[in-house]
Amino acid sequence: MRQAVHFLLNGQLRRLEAFDPTLTVLRYLRETEALLGTKEGCAEGDCGACTAVVADLHEGQLRYRAVNSCIQFVAQLDGKALFTVEALQSQAGLHPVQQAMVDCHGSQCGFCTPGFVMSMYAGSLNGVKPQRQAINEMLAGNLCRCTGYTPIIEAATRVLSQAPQPACAPAALQQQLEALPKHEGFELEYQGRRFIAPANSEELAQVLQRHPDATLLAGGTDVGLFVTKQHRSLATVVHLEKIPELSQIRQEGGGVRIGAAVSYQRARSALSRLYPALDALVSRVGAVQVRSMGTVGGNIGNGSPIGDMPPALIAAGAQLTLRCGSEVRSLPLEDYFIAYGKQNRQVGEWIESIWVPEPPANAVYRVYKITKRFEQDISSVCGAFNIGLLYHGDIPTVESARICFGGMAGTPLRATGCERWLVGRPWNAETIEQAAAILGREYTPLSDFRASAEYRSLVAANLLRRLYAQTVGQEDCAIAC
Amino acid sequence: MSNETPYTQVRVSQAHDSACQQVAGAALYIDDIPEPRGTLQVYVAQSPHAHARILQCELDDVAHQPGVAAVVTLEDIPGVVDVSCIHAGDEPVFAQGTVQFLGQPIYAVAAETLDAARLATQHARIEYEPLPAVLTVEQAMAQQSFVLPPRKIKRGDPDTALQGAKHRLQGSLRTGGQDHFYLESHISLAVPEDDGGMLIYCSTQNPSEVQSLCARVLDLPDAAVKVQVRRMGGAFGGKETQPAQLAIIAALVACKTGRPAKVRLDRDDDMRMTGKRHAFVIDYDIGFDDQGLIEGVRFVQKVRCGYTADLSGAVADRGVLHCDNSYYLANVAVESYRCRTNTVSDTAFRGFGIPQGVMGIERAMLDIAQHLGLDPLEVRRRNLYGPGRDQTHYGQTLSNMILPEIIDQLVEESRYDERRQAVQAFNQTHRYLKKGIALTPVMMGISFTRLHLNQGGAFINIYKDGSIALNHGGTEMGQGLFIKVAQIVAHELGVGVEKVRITATTTEKVPNTSATASSAGSDLNGMAARDAALKLKGRLSEVACRHFGAEAEAIVFQDGHVQAGEQRISFEKLVGLAYLERTSLSATGFFKTPDIHFDNDTFHGHPFLYFAYGAAVSEVLVDTLTGEYRVERVDILHDVGRSLNPAIDIGQIEGGFIQGMGWLTSEELHWDDKGRLRTHAPSTYKIPSVGNRPDVMNVKLMENPAFRSATPYHSKAVGEPPLMLAVSVYQALLEAASEVVPRPAMDAPITPERVLLAKPMAGAKQACAKGLGREEAATLL
Repeated sequence: MRQAVHFLLNGQLRRLEAFDPTLTVLRYLRETEALLGTKEGCAEGDCGACTAVVADLHEGQLRYRAVNSCIQFVAQLDGKALFTVEALQSQAGLHPVQQAMVDCHGSQCGFCTPGFVMSMYAGSLNGVKPQRQAINEMLAGNLCRCTGYTPIIEAATRVLSQAPQPACAPAALQQQLEALPKHEGFELEYQGRRFIAPANSEELAQVLQRHPDATLLAGGTDVGLFVTKQHRSLATVVHLEKIPELSQIRQEGGGVRIGAAVSYQRARSALSRLYPALDALVSRVGAVQVRSMGTVGGNIGNGSPIGDMPPALIAAGAQLTLRCGSEVRSLPLEDYFIAYGKQNRQVGEWIESIWVPEPPANAVYRVYKITKRFEQDISSVCGAFNIGLLYHGDIPTVESARICFGGMAGTPLRATGCERWLVGRPWNAETIEQAAAILGREYTPLSDFRASAEYRSLVAANLLRRLYAQTVGQEDCAIAC
Repeated sequence: MSNETPYTQVRVSQAHDSACQQVAGAALYIDDIPEPRGTLQVYVAQSPHAHARILQCELDDVAHQPGVAAVVTLEDIPGVVDVSCIHAGDEPVFAQGTVQFLGQPIYAVAAETLDAARLATQHARIEYEPLPAVLTVEQAMAQQSFVLPPRKIKRGDPDTALQGAKHRLQGSLRTGGQDHFYLESHISLAVPEDDGGMLIYCSTQNPSEVQSLCARVLDLPDAAVKVQVRRMGGAFGGKETQPAQLAIIAALVACKTGRPAKVRLDRDDDMRMTGKRHAFVIDYDIGFDDQGLIEGVRFVQKVRCGYTADLSGAVADRGVLHCDNSYYLANVAVESYRCRTNTVSDTAFRGFGIPQGVMGIERAMLDIAQHLGLDPLEVRRRNLYGPGRDQTHYGQTLSNMILPEIIDQLVEESRYDERRQAVQAFNQTHRYLKKGIALTPVMMGISFTRLHLNQGGAFINIYKDGSIALNHGGTEMGQGLFIKVAQIVAHELGVGVEKVRITATTTEKVPNTSATASSAGSDLNGMAARDAALKLKGRLSEVACRHFGAEAEAIVFQDGHVQAGEQRISFEKLVGLAYLERTSLSATGFFKTPDIHFDNDTFHGHPFLYFAYGAAVSEVLVDTLTGEYRVERVDILHDVGRSLNPAIDIGQIEGGFIQGMGWLTSEELHWDDKGRLRTHAPSTYKIPSVGNRPDVMNVKLMENPAFRSATPYHSKAVGEPPLMLAVSVYQALLEAASEVVPRPAMDAPITPERVLLAKPMAGAKQACAKGLGREEAATLL
């Protein structure tokens, strides 16, 4: 395997070897390259002050993504091009994104400003529409404490109404990227620590045999925090991005199979084709910067009881496929979560894919995410409902029910008692009230800084009431998904 | 003379002076300044307990770790150990004997890298004996644990008025603290100088205080310590007193090692180690007549101050001063308790106790209205200060009180009456969704309540090529102070603002400055800079008189030129002539606020130069099944006198409002029962994001040509007053929740949880609608 990484920094080739395998892009920019426009606001991917834009070739097409440079490792840049705020200004002056921010009075203290500029730049290249909802989604990962956002929204509206202006001509960039070695794996070693990027499953299996304690890295939106927040020294990091099998999305058996290293951004359209309600849910997982790197597989793999994808996918009846060398096994997603901090994954085994079946006919599928703040917040409760209804006459009968909650227990957990009660009963207010009462007894949630146990229990029951109200035509009974 | 000049440089919108560098990523913050050779990185080790005795502290192994250059402790302090801004003696640089909050600095490690410094702390052997910790206001009150003595003030005879009132209500609410969440966390870089002095680059609103406290700790004369800051990445009060301790730790390392040293807190350490907005518990007892007119009111304000006095006395006083918001209280009593808790010491935050004071009376306004079945706006209007009712409870008579006009205009422009009816209709027809709409005013007194702080200084050099360098005591934290002051100088010298070069704030140029705080930055520094500019203009005028053979009255500075009648030369040329004539082209300027006085013992006087006014209407939509809500529309009309720079002022209003909204809605500081702050980063502490900006937000400046004061061209301060406008969001949420629960008790921040779990306040008059979404929901479905 190669022992160096190659990437483009603001159009210039960089070849690095023998460096700290968990060196973050932000530290590299500031400390090694003295590119100081990119700022550290939180070092956990939640404020966006460090936003930079990654360009790479995806299925032969040029792709631009805003990323949080604070939680990306430099080694993840292999084969890609990174653009920082310094790349935008040209001899002709400020870039239109920058000029719009000046004209609209979009900077006050200015510390968050480069991050906003880069998010807008990526949005502009990606054809984001100059509409409030789209702008919110584009900028939800960038916090500003001074302006109250109004002038920034104005600047974004202005920029998105104009033709995008890439800092580097796309054809030239494509050529530069094609010239980088990228489909082969690499291995870096530095002071006894390693970053390994296997090129395929066979290599991955071998690597995991050699380093059974390795930390698996997909997008890095979780693993980055091991380093920046927990100050852990990771001995071996194994990057999954270059393994083609893990990055595929394909139709299979009346459903869709999503590779473990597929980002939220890519999974979003595939999932919402089957389950339209997932579009709104995924739009509230992190923000653009997190969704462009973070993966569905990672959200499952980390075993968090408050991840949003597990309850949604469990309610959909998803199956998880794990691989160990050449051995493959599948299990219902809910069986993967054994207890808090304990998952059904053996040493040397990795998540390969998630298969999500299409919904049954006449199914009502909804998922609700409850947070303190609508955007870029972690759920206090996430409830997913997949109710099959059989219509005969005015009141349908419940034919099947899969209900799963996050934030209510140490793992994502199905409401089996509630499900059993519902099946075979008429879908009416009386049934719902009984079911809500059962639901309230099924969980013993915790109180913490996100929510109290009392709130969590009440909301869980009320989400069932909301679901019912929506199915009987009271669509305007809720203000959010 | 200046008043005859057309206003081309002031009273017009100008971009922030650093806007172009900021958008390009070229604006330098302290972490971006090239580090001097050999700079050490400093990690500050913190207490793991809220309250404990230090039994043993063994740090030898720390000092011997790879890369470590020095360990700094209390023993390394040559001078005074205390860094209290009021010299209270309660704030040692490092914990002394006991630790008083979780996160308190114990010692510091300086190393070649921050990672090495942090790692080395794992080799410390410190033994603690945990002690009982006071964590809440209630515990502090029970133990009479105070940082400063209580204050009790009274006007009229509130007891008799309350007893005699036809209606009387009691209530209580809590307002939470708030983290400043400036995007740039605390940072200082100390560079030792060859003469034993110290140069400190520090992200501070208060360079002179960092200078003098550092000098005391290092046992140096003030003149040996220089503090400089070009710009901060936000501050909001959080960098008024808090930077000193960290700057001093950097300076101690620099002193001990002879090497430059940098302290830069990461977000988690910044949030754990530095002070926040004071949480208040406010009890009120209010008596009123059938019209809702207040007859007597009694407030008890219990203020959580954390472990030291810091600015808590002044903050709590502001809460007492502004317990009236904008209402005439003939009979009022306020008791203010400054509770000492084993939590980080709370400090200045935009509003400085005023928002909390306002929250109490505004909550009472709603209670009165709901009790009498009136529109709360009507009750607010009836109680406003007005003719014959224009003296505050601390004795100041109001002037330029334009709130009635502001409210009238805002009601009309926001279509308040029509929308209030629409809200009522909506609530009739919606089962789970409820709306609320509320209008609240703000009236904020402008001046520091500590008289001596009301001074400003400036320093202008004109070089012989005609270029102008401006310096003053104010600091730039994003609020646009630098551009405003530059506009003033440009206006006086008749040049374009781009001709005025803005320089970093430094104690070397303007001494003994006050913090850039209390919204008074542009008033104090603007007037001082104007004074300096007028001195220079006077000297240049004399040269021009001789050159043109004209009288002084005929000389006009305008459009980059100086003219007398038909004769005209460029500003640069005149400066060149002045130099050849051996004219001093350097001037200091000074300003002290006139006509203010306040007796701190009797709590009586005329503490404010003037008042700033404003009002906001907010409309919210609440989901009563989950407690989630959205702020759908906000209309603001705010008074800045005659604006120096409308674009900057509107930016302050919008930003202040959203920040206030964050305080009252999503920003929740959660300490657990061990005194650990569990919300110490943006993943857990939620400031408003872009989607929280209401879909409709109309912000306008009130025309106020009648205002006259000793301020730059009769402009008014704008930094803090708009924050209080966010109380309208809180009130609108209360109104929406009142559709479900009578007189809901809802503490701030109103998270979705607080909406859903709201219980009726004791004494709620009657049940209104049944509490949907609760246990009772079953019977309603």
